[in-house]
Amino acid sequence: METIPMPAINFAAVMPETILSVFAMVLLLVNVFVPGKQKAYLAYLSLIGIIAAGVSVFNAWDAPLALREGFNGSVLQDNFSLFFKGIFLVSAALTLLISDQYLNRENCNHGEIYPLILLSTAGMMLMASGTDLMTIFLGLEVLSVSLYVLAGFNRDNVKSNEAGLKYFLLGAFSTGFLLYGMALTYGATGSTKIGSIASFVAQNAAVTANPLFLVGMLLMAVGFSFKIAAAPFHMWTPDVYEGAPTPITAFMSAGPKAAGFAAFIRVMIFAFPTLKADWSDLLWILAVLTMTVGNIIALSQDNIKRMLAYSSIAHAGYALVGFAAGNAEGAAGILFYMLSYAFMNIGAFAIIVLIGKKGEANNNIADFAGLGFRRPVLALLMAIFLFSLAGIPPMVGFVGKFYLFSAAIKSGFIWLAIIGVLNSAASVYYYLRVMVYMYMKDPVEEFDWVKVTPAIALSLLISVAGVMIPGVVPGYLLQLAQKAVLF
Amino acid sequence: MLGAYLPIIVLVAVAAAFGLGSIILSSLIGQKKPSDVKMSPYECGCDPVGSARERFSIKFYIIAMLFILFDIEAVFLYPWAVLFKRLGMFGLMEMGVFIVILFVGYIYVWKKGALEWE
Repeated sequence: METIPMPAINFAAVMPETILSVFAMVLLLVNVFVPGKQKAYLAYLSLIGIIAAGVSVFNAWDAPLALREGFNGSVLQDNFSLFFKGIFLVSAALTLLISDQYLNRENCNHGEIYPLILLSTAGMMLMASGTDLMTIFLGLEVLSVSLYVLAGFNRDNVKSNEAGLKYFLLGAFSTGFLLYGMALTYGATGSTKIGSIASFVAQNAAVTANPLFLVGMLLMAVGFSFKIAAAPFHMWTPDVYEGAPTPITAFMSAGPKAAGFAAFIRVMIFAFPTLKADWSDLLWILAVLTMTVGNIIALSQDNIKRMLAYSSIAHAGYALVGFAAGNAEGAAGILFYMLSYAFMNIGAFAIIVLIGKKGEANNNIADFAGLGFRRPVLALLMAIFLFSLAGIPPMVGFVGKFYLFSAAIKSGFIWLAIIGVLNSAASVYYYLRVMVYMYMKDPVEEFDWVKVTPAIALSLLISVAGVMIPGVVPGYLLQLAQKAVLF
Repeated sequence: MLGAYLPIIVLVAVAAAFGLGSIILSSLIGQKKPSDVKMSPYECGCDPVGSARERFSIKFYIIAMLFILFDIEAVFLYPWAVLFKRLGMFGLMEMGVFIVILFVGYIYVWKKGALEWE
């Protein structure tokens, strides 16, 4: 009897994912076998896992092709995916550092949150390095299912429950779009491998007129737009971001959004390079809508988590500007921007975690009144993160936006860049509003419940370093990003 | 090619006509002598007890969910068993990894007390 040949597996190509999954499983068991109410040690064990995965990401940078491809070419750990893996690991690590205090305060300190964060990070990684539509889908599901649970993790809070359910329903709905698009693309081209789709399209030019193929691409774009929260597919974002536990909101706005961009870029640029004129126009419209909707609605928000949710929609719009440009500078700009966005956004959410009170209270912008007089260091940090989000020069947010918009101008999308800059200017209003409350209103409260634990201090320190250092000397990170998009 | 579906369409049409026809004809020419017993909802021949919209204990859902998980595992084992010899050592190891992952979940569920009814 002949044996079925063993496919080329190459575990080196999925090393970071494997490390995180193994750690997640071990932590799951440690959680049930070690008695006790204190679960903080699980966060530190998770951090060890993340550092181990980070070392393997670091070692895989610039590795030869033979070490990168795995699972019969459905996984490719190139520099592009490695850069994204770095973003995911940074987001997960910063989230772990800020979550312990929050969980204790909200009385939902169940140890399962740590394995779930690790598993969703592994899903993101698989999504970033997938070169087969099925692998990307698998990564997306691992990521999403963990996140649905995480969004509803604060079981006793009604809003958290609402967030979990809403995210689950709309996420499942958007996954349907994505999967249908993949199925139609498979029907039109006969393959789910991104490389094979591209070569089929190159050899059969007639397929670009096939409605099946075009609708497939369009539905996939819709599915990914849901995941990156681009308007008009952003409806779930404010409610989910507001209701989800604050550290998880920070995680959701940084990691999964970057993962969505990773897969979106991979599919559009690799599988449909011949349709660039089509998807570039599409992304042009999406970018303008997303920036404008996000910024305008953010102007009138009073809840700071909701405000940052709309701001995160707007930031997806800025990244889409670089994507619409469709050139290497734009792609590098997105990579750079997603990393800097992780630093500045999780930093801002860390402050929100500190200011918040039990039961998700004290999350309004007005609750920051007088923070600058009572806790000047925290207020200064918050100001730095908000200035960076607004795109004010010495911070990294400015550099990121600069590269995205200049990529758009290089591709001739001058109007798109102008709309982006106008939007960015409008966004300054709602970031400054928080600062007006912090520095120009009299303090209502003493902020005596605000206790900066060493973990949160470390997270704030990393975030502020990630905002300030690349803001002043962006060269090194930018070179990494540019190297990552040399496909 | 669509012609192949004609018998199915005919079958659907006949089924619809039969169902609708029976209801319409019996309402037109049938006798109607309603009584309390005849008008009451029918529940397996017994007298109906309470509303059907009751809350079920969450235990049922947990058990059903766990059943599905481990049921799927068994489904995966069958094709693997059929091809066991042709898959060789590789297949054994892959299935080993799969079972270990599920086993971790099983231990978790057990320790968490989800399998206890009380």
